[in-house]
Amino acid sequence: MPISELLLFYIISCCMLNHLLYVLLFSSIPVVKAATVSGSDMANPLRSEVRQLYKNLLFLGREYPKGADYFRERLKGAFMKNKDVTDPKEIKKLVDRGEFVIKELEALYYLRKYRAMKKRYYEEELSAVLNIGRPVD
Amino acid sequence: YIVTIRVKPDHSGVVTDGVKHSMNPFCEIAVEEAVKLKEKKFIKEVVAVSCGPTQVTETIRTALAMGCDRGIHVEVSGKDYEAMGPLQIAKIFAALAKKEEASLVILGKQAIDDDCNQTGQMTAALLDWPQGTFASEVTIDGEKVKVVREIDGGLETIKISMPAVLTADLRLNTPRYATLPNIMKAKKKKIANMKPADLGVDMVSRVEVLRVDEPPTRLAGVKVETVDDLVAKLKANGTI
Repeated sequence: MPISELLLFYIISCCMLNHLLYVLLFSSIPVVKAATVSGSDMANPLRSEVRQLYKNLLFLGREYPKGADYFRERLKGAFMKNKDVTDPKEIKKLVDRGEFVIKELEALYYLRKYRAMKKRYYEEELSAVLNIGRPVD
Repeated sequence: YIVTIRVKPDHSGVVTDGVKHSMNPFCEIAVEEAVKLKEKKFIKEVVAVSCGPTQVTETIRTALAMGCDRGIHVEVSGKDYEAMGPLQIAKIFAALAKKEEASLVILGKQAIDDDCNQTGQMTAALLDWPQGTFASEVTIDGEKVKVVREIDGGLETIKISMPAVLTADLRLNTPRYATLPNIMKAKKKKIANMKPADLGVDMVSRVEVLRVDEPPTRLAGVKVETVDDLVAKLKANGTI
């Protein structure tokens, strides 16, 4: 892999950790409380969507590098922050933001694994270019 | 893949009890490739196989969640499992490939716990099938498979006829994540259970592990104040 791609991976994965939490914390992901009396029928499919989103994020958070508990706290906080949103269009927008976070997490996990395998099994091009870190013949 | 490894006090192996196990990263890539081939309609069915104790069914479920159609769990436990190596697994795979009339056997190039890099090659030899190892690109062209292999000198492209054995290298594809909804859907898929004896495979190992040691700890570096100091130290060391 060319050096620029390697550096890009480094940058992306370092930024992603902070970016992910930023998205979670400051995005208003809604939660519709189970006990809420909601007038319209439209809220009901959205309610199950939101609940499924929360479950999916929780499942993904088990492998979070900073710890599953850390992730769960932030996740709950992010959802609770917007428990009173009622406009279905708003809710849909925020659910989409949640799906985006899911994709980012999957990418983060893939990158970590890829980089770990690459580091363990393949000689780094950078070190080859600079001629450091290689055994002397 | 990022657990801390400890050598057992009696130096007979590595502590595996209570250690979180997951699918071998190269095998994830293999599963992804198989599912991709099915999605492109080159193959009809993907069967995920794993050999080991009951915990192994979790890994098979992950493979089912990634898109495999059904699973086969070859139960190996206790002493047999500790002694199980690439040869025994290859024998099991060969027997299963014949039984299931598979056209392709796809696996990871090596397992990251033992780094043997032998199972795929041995399976091909036992079946007398062609092998496309270290595959970084796989295309099916009629009854033949075009494989681009990653070798020391660069990339090698070969064309082999099916049935064949392929082993996946890191850059073959990007494995999908087994999300919760997919795992839920995978619960309906079947996992068949069988023993090596059912396949006529003997699990006796021809290899005996004598001793397992940790690599020597790195000694701390010595700091020197001046160049003369450095030269003196190197001379004392016998390096110059």
